[in-house]
Amino acid sequence: MSDEVTTQLAGYITTKILKQPKRVLKDDEPLISSGLIDSFHLVDLALFVEDTFGVHLDDSELNRETFDSLAQLAGIIRQRRG
Amino acid sequence: MPTFTQILHRTYSESPDSVAVHLLQNKQPDLPITYRDLIHGAAGYARALEQASVQPGEVVVLILQHGEALISAFFGAVLHGAIPSIMPFLTEKLSPDRYRADLAALIEIIRPAAIVTYPEFVPEVQSAINSAASHPVRAVLVSTEVGSAEPDFATLAGLSRSEEDIVLLQHSSGTTGLQKGVALSQRAVTHQLEKYVAAIRLSPQDVIVSWLPLYHDMGLIAGFVMPILTRTPLVLMSPFDWVRAPYKLLQAVSQYRGTLTWLPNFAYNFCAQKIRDRDLEGVDLSSWRAVINCSEPTHWKSHHAFLERFQSRRLRPDALATCYAMAENVFAVTQGGIGEPVTVDEVDQRALLTERRARPSIVGDGSLKLLSAGRPLAGMQVRVLDDQRRDLPERQLGEIAIKSECMLTGYFNRDDLTAQAFYDGWYLTGDLGYLVNGEVYVTGRKKDLIIVGGKNVYPQDLERLAGEVPGVHPGRVVAFGVFDEDAGTEEVVIVAEADTEDDSERQRLADEIRQAVTRGSDVALRQAHVVGPQWLLKTSSGKIARLANRDKYLAAMEDGG
Repeated sequence: MSDEVTTQLAGYITTKILKQPKRVLKDDEPLISSGLIDSFHLVDLALFVEDTFGVHLDDSELNRETFDSLAQLAGIIRQRRG
Repeated sequence: MPTFTQILHRTYSESPDSVAVHLLQNKQPDLPITYRDLIHGAAGYARALEQASVQPGEVVVLILQHGEALISAFFGAVLHGAIPSIMPFLTEKLSPDRYRADLAALIEIIRPAAIVTYPEFVPEVQSAINSAASHPVRAVLVSTEVGSAEPDFATLAGLSRSEEDIVLLQHSSGTTGLQKGVALSQRAVTHQLEKYVAAIRLSPQDVIVSWLPLYHDMGLIAGFVMPILTRTPLVLMSPFDWVRAPYKLLQAVSQYRGTLTWLPNFAYNFCAQKIRDRDLEGVDLSSWRAVINCSEPTHWKSHHAFLERFQSRRLRPDALATCYAMAENVFAVTQGGIGEPVTVDEVDQRALLTERRARPSIVGDGSLKLLSAGRPLAGMQVRVLDDQRRDLPERQLGEIAIKSECMLTGYFNRDDLTAQAFYDGWYLTGDLGYLVNGEVYVTGRKKDLIIVGGKNVYPQDLERLAGEVPGVHPGRVVAFGVFDEDAGTEEVVIVAEADTEDDSERQRLADEIRQAVTRGSDVALRQAHVVGPQWLLKTSSGKIARLANRDKYLAAMEDGG
């Protein structure tokens, strides 16, 4: 399910992290286990999520067990925004 | 000179209750490890190795994450007189198949007698052992089954090792890196420590704080072996935690009154860019007397950004220091910025490229600020040679060659590679640089090696991975590094030839190349470019010319390609 949250996340990841603005990210595409987002960019993603959605991701949550796709990350954001 | 085991023996009797390592753990309180704890843990491993009939002088491969088991197993191998070799642990992005293949290759070359790992990783290790063409592995030790023990120094085999015996192996990852296990003797390491301790003026007041991986020379020597053998308290955090929470390094420095830290250049940018103000509340960095930039080309802008960001947290401007080091010399060759600021050489960028000369710039325009790596440590000799291996005058760029009392014994089981690395007793580093007033400046690489975030990456390994993607012309792939100023390190670029003219098909191939390289190596590849046939330039002998293709790619980019 695509919505505003996933669209914003996808836009940030493709332009700022992957530097391929034309790249299409599927909602269920693996991000961390595939190495698409490497460990050096996990902090950037956490900062973006906090600045954009006001949701804090703890550094111990920056791994594929917590989220590995746009859909999973968007789910965490929606849940914490209440 | 005393051996490792003799040093540990003495420490055990003189200050068993001193804390050797403050281990920072994720979501758990810091764990203080005293010398008694450390040596008891190590003695447990020494006993387990003996029971597994591992002989002194045989290699023990350690496949463990940053933590107590790794510390104990490393020094356990030392106490038993065996040779520890730390293999990087599987990361979440790495393909298990590729990791297994690398491990099998390591086993074939290094021929370890034993491997130490976690219980859950034993099947992985067994399958790598089984897939090796031949292997001498007699035991796989499970970390959770090795207890600690009271050491009996009279019977420990490590005590009868001589100065010339190899004490540890260090290697980088990937097919090529694994071929070059740097074998270091007791004498080489203790000699390095003696000279380096003097160069950085290490004193009993020092506290070392490190997040560096232990399979790399900077982390292994400066951030592990040196503090433990010199009884300098070590605050150790895992690279896995640091990369997710870089602020923890600064909090640890503040909390433990840390005085010394070593960082690769990219880490200065990383810390400056990715730490929030709220994570710095109460942080006081005034105790930090040296933050030493080492293991990849150093950049003035990175130092500047780091200082700007943390000066308000009382970072001292004179704390910024530099070092030029390599595993083949155990660690440091030069040291700069201790007791005096790092020398900055402002040179004409054009002359550097066209005349290979670091000419001081007269006007600020087109000038480049280069950081000195400092002066050679006592007893180390540095020359800069031209292509005919004649000495070059000051300020002329050439290959850096070194000679010292702490050179490697050899690349383990690869005498052929060892012979190639030396010329007339001088180790040819493959680094480009120049000399001014006895100080060394490192400007780049002569060999094709790419250094990403302080890690050595061999382009041929990445090219092989990309060449395996169906649709890419095998052998028609080139990998090279391009400096990324924002990140403060090199970014890898791969250009591959394919027959297809179709844009979406090329995109798909580029995606597959990214995936293959990312999952098969240390690099997370972003820049993959698919081009048509005959795009790549070859040398007269038909090989792909990496530097020429790099120039062609950069020119195409500038033209808006």
